[in-house]
Amino acid sequence: MRLAVVALLLVVAAAHLLLPIAPLREAQAIDPGLANLILLELRLPRTLLALGYGAALGASGAALQAMFANPLASPDISGASSGAALGAVLGGYWLGFSQPIALAACGAAGALGALAFLVALAGRRSDTATLLLAGLAISLAAGAATSLALALAPSPFAFYDAFDWLMGNFTDRSLLQAAAALIPASLATAFLLRRSKALDLIALGDDVAASIGLRPRQLSLEVIALSAIAVGACVSVAGAIGFVGLVAPFFGRQLSRGHPGAAMVPAAIIGAILLAVADLAVRSVHLDRPIPVGVVTSLFGTPLFLWLVLTMRRRVTA
Amino acid sequence: MTSLIARQVAIDERLLQTDLDVTAGELVALVGPNGGGKTSLLRALARIEDAGGKVMIDGEEVDASPPARRRRLLSFLPASRDMTWPISVRDVIALGLDRPDARRIGYLIEQFELERLAGRPVNRLSTGERARVLMARALAARPIALLLDEPMSNLDPYWVLRFLEQFRMAADEGQIVLVALHDLSLLGRFDRALLIADGKIQMSEAPANLMASERFAEIFRIRAEPAGGWAIRR
Repeated sequence: MRLAVVALLLVVAAAHLLLPIAPLREAQAIDPGLANLILLELRLPRTLLALGYGAALGASGAALQAMFANPLASPDISGASSGAALGAVLGGYWLGFSQPIALAACGAAGALGALAFLVALAGRRSDTATLLLAGLAISLAAGAATSLALALAPSPFAFYDAFDWLMGNFTDRSLLQAAAALIPASLATAFLLRRSKALDLIALGDDVAASIGLRPRQLSLEVIALSAIAVGACVSVAGAIGFVGLVAPFFGRQLSRGHPGAAMVPAAIIGAILLAVADLAVRSVHLDRPIPVGVVTSLFGTPLFLWLVLTMRRRVTA
Repeated sequence: MTSLIARQVAIDERLLQTDLDVTAGELVALVGPNGGGKTSLLRALARIEDAGGKVMIDGEEVDASPPARRRRLLSFLPASRDMTWPISVRDVIALGLDRPDARRIGYLIEQFELERLAGRPVNRLSTGERARVLMARALAARPIALLLDEPMSNLDPYWVLRFLEQFRMAADEGQIVLVALHDLSLLGRFDRALLIADGKIQMSEAPANLMASERFAEIFRIRAEPAGGWAIRR
């Protein structure tokens, strides 16, 4: 099963890079250098971003779910993505940063602020309702603050050019931008994966974990900081993308026999697949204007989210 | 002789400092009114929060021992049986071990009659079934000290007796067994009882002596009925 998932990842990655193939063929016929240019300068950053962002969402979603002991926790529902968007908007339109890496740092700071606020508001072992309501409040507040920051921004075009980006978009990102998102994201994800065993043990409860020498509070700070870096850096380049961080860990746990920490690796792979497929779909549909990829993930993610909420509610009442 | 020695551990925020000595082989029950400090004492002994003082198990200071050694020194069973994730019964027991040991897991599955449930997700079991799984997890690494918070709540009578049997077996094999207890009718099955109230150990006695004492009646606000059972003390 795991092998099949990895194989699927490779197929999706190749498809994302090469499809549609017609423009590449035409360019090849004119000048082989041109085809290479399209592949390296246009297609590769987009493929890497889609796969890397998806993996970061999957892994950090699984880590946050393990830490909050709640399958509905995720970067978007916790408000981290909205916080990151606010951070990047403030950095770009108010502080005047233009370097991708500076914007990535602002995104990470925004995500960190949102997660810290969530833990302060709801606590770590809160019930689902508290967690969702606190996350919703933070998302709404960060969204409103982002709109305000754009409306009052010194640049009159801020609102217009931020729209595409905020909804999640991989179009026309440079290799430099991809690197600014993916280098911090992959480092943070790698550190998260090292905590897989500890996050599995946290499933027995904080007290049991502490009694065998783990430090649950320190672990949760680590998870929060690393998830904020991973998601924040990606949001600063490609916008806030919903539901992948919620859905991928759910499927990841099917492959880790329910273990929440061990689910991080499969969740990362599944997240990469989901986001690359969603972006491929966006690219294949020809409308007058390109659709932001975040719209597609939300369209498909919402039903699964509702289904999860319903099964959880049924289990509580049963 | 294997022992658990606690010096000046603080049970709660009042920071009353407590000393405690338990030797292997005795079954020790912790009793006391709600909020008196039974759970806090167990948590302090398991070094779950910084409770000050020090705890030595078999001559080894718990705080100084590396995580891999901790599982051999002590195991803590919380009163809560909440499990969020759909981890199989077998895997939950395995979480109690440093490295997988199929024979040990198989033995525990048999002891707690979990054969039929071994592959089932633990979050779908009844509370009583989950209590057996989590008890098996706590026993898995054969820790020197077992610190168990209300292990027998929600169990039917058969399993209460089976748990007591397991505790006696553990004590006979040289383990230290401390059990926080709500059901006073089980107290007679223990060798020693600690009466815990207001954040400190008020008495440490053989169960029969403890239950006959005026202090016990005063703290619990009950008195023994001549015909057996308890009545409210007015």
